[in-house]
Amino acid sequence: MTPTTVYVPRDAAARSVGADAVAARIADAAHAAGNDVRIIRNGSRGMLWLEPLVEVTTESGRVAYGPVTPDDVPDLFSAGFLDAAQHRLSLGPTEEIAWLARQDRITFARVGVIDPRSADEYEASGGLAGIRRALELSPAEVIATVTDAGLRGRGGAGFPTGIKWKTVAEAAAGERFVCCNADEGDSGTYADRMLMEGDPFLLIEGMLIAARAVGATEGFVYLRSEYPDALTAMDSAIAIARERGWLGSSVLGSELSFDIHLRVGAGSYICGEETAMLESLEGKRGVVRAKPPLPAIEGLFGRPTVVNNVLTLATVPAILTGGADAYAELGTGRSRGTQVFQLGGNVARGGIVETAFGITLADLVHDFGGGTRSGRPVRAVQVGGPLGAYLPASGLEVSVDYETLAAQDALLGHGGVVVFDDRVDLARQARFAMEFCAEESCGKCTPCRVGAVRGVEVIDRIIANEDRTANLTLLEDLCEVMTDGSLCAMGGLTPLPVRSALRHFPEDFDRVGTTVEP
Amino acid sequence: MGPSISGAWSEARCREVIAPLVGERGALLPVLHAVQAEFGYLDARSVPVIADELNLSRAEVHGVITFYRDFRSEPPARHAVRICRAEACQASGAEQLVADAQTHLGIALGATTADGSVSLDDVFCLGNCALGPSVTVDGTLHGRVDEDRLTVLLGEAGEGANP
Repeated sequence: MTPTTVYVPRDAAARSVGADAVAARIADAAHAAGNDVRIIRNGSRGMLWLEPLVEVTTESGRVAYGPVTPDDVPDLFSAGFLDAAQHRLSLGPTEEIAWLARQDRITFARVGVIDPRSADEYEASGGLAGIRRALELSPAEVIATVTDAGLRGRGGAGFPTGIKWKTVAEAAAGERFVCCNADEGDSGTYADRMLMEGDPFLLIEGMLIAARAVGATEGFVYLRSEYPDALTAMDSAIAIARERGWLGSSVLGSELSFDIHLRVGAGSYICGEETAMLESLEGKRGVVRAKPPLPAIEGLFGRPTVVNNVLTLATVPAILTGGADAYAELGTGRSRGTQVFQLGGNVARGGIVETAFGITLADLVHDFGGGTRSGRPVRAVQVGGPLGAYLPASGLEVSVDYETLAAQDALLGHGGVVVFDDRVDLARQARFAMEFCAEESCGKCTPCRVGAVRGVEVIDRIIANEDRTANLTLLEDLCEVMTDGSLCAMGGLTPLPVRSALRHFPEDFDRVGTTVEP
Repeated sequence: MGPSISGAWSEARCREVIAPLVGERGALLPVLHAVQAEFGYLDARSVPVIADELNLSRAEVHGVITFYRDFRSEPPARHAVRICRAEACQASGAEQLVADAQTHLGIALGATTADGSVSLDDVFCLGNCALGPSVTVDGTLHGRVDEDRLTVLLGEAGEGANP
């Protein structure tokens, strides 16, 4: 008799709420009952409020239960969950859960589905088709495919990926690099982490395709130290890929030679900025470089370098496999394809929503997110991490794409959507934006290094109602200097959350003057 | 990542740890991570050894160590508690949790209890933003941590925590 396959995620978020203990209890209970059970530690399906989400394989597909605590396990067994029996934690067939069924999973197609440690499962579920296709095409054709798909950098800047690759391919002859930016430091974002934990071979394949396109022989993954589980997953996947000849001197028997080095950051937010990341990879302080020269021309060790985010690279295999047109058909305006949104903060149903560009923020926050976890009214939503704008609950009927958000003085960033309820104090959040910038500034340019410190001081004076008109003017002036004068996005975009808080929530900056606190 | 039990520092052991990494390009960060993993911290005596092995100046090594939050120049506490204070966790009550932890341990953020048992730090994003507030204890991630859960975690971590 074949064993029943049970999936319990190994994803760090699932583990943070007890998935390891649930897996252990299931193994014990199965052993005690004499059931033949095979437990696979998959990635997470991204329905994080249901974690630990346990799935049982049946003849008609996988059925889900969640959120499962270790103490629920005996009850699940006595109810007969190995035969997909009904239980108060039943969620039905996983693929039919509306929250999941409504999505367009392309980049995240395999995450939560396969065993991330199994190269066989990766290949059996369509893995490697992208690099095989890329090896049939010329490098120029690979670049044209990515360009035609309209793929833009998912790290936040939104630069067209194909154009970046073309620049590297046409740069000075000799050594080139592919660097994956896995320093996902923005609060409210965790898609890179989940992808690396849930489908690590996909990132390797994306880097291989980039290497094929630009003629690179070496790649680096710069992974933040706050992600130990992703480190383990990538480390193991790279080792397996080398064993199988997916990495090395003759990739899949072709003439492509490419290997990947995994590097760990050291707790510096600014190292997510691409030039600071390159400095860090070179073994230096993570100090931002002036641009130009662009990393595509003079990047790592002075050589032409592709720097792409995890999601960008992980989307490329699907584009090569499905074709540029299929990807470009999705989306709106100049935002083509899908975006992997990440719902977080005070949200009832947080998790990964991968959907074609064009969805509104209201749909994400209310329909997918279900409002706040606290049950109180939504008051503010921060989109795009600590450098993203705070939008008011009344302003959520906007399409979440690069251009529409830019027109609102907001940004998409890495796709994080953080929900706050009515207890949030936006003056305090604005102060935090400056405080964070002061803490994490690399110190190279004055507007950021000094401006952020002054920003905290000025906001403190405004909150204390000291000479408020003059200080509000001063803050606006300071924001302008930081925006226009900073070397990189850290100082340049910190004014975004500050100004948006001032614009949409002016009452929070005037508590002393107009309201009497009890 | 949580601090490891540190072996006593010796120059010979330090060079042994560095040796396999010397050939790496831009080796300094991997070397610093390896030396810190071995001894639990970056002893001042490590600096000239690392500089020598990598053909760098001591100033360059010192400059890099002090730039990055993760590198410690002092031995770590026996247990490390870190609370996420980034926006998503703030939205879920992280600031209250920080206050609770400070009260419970009787120390401020960034400090270590007098007996050296527990250190309390903040961290900006652990990538668990849908299940905040998030806390790590010795590198293990915990989600949806409230005051009660925190008390249990601190109790497990800190034999020497103040009552």
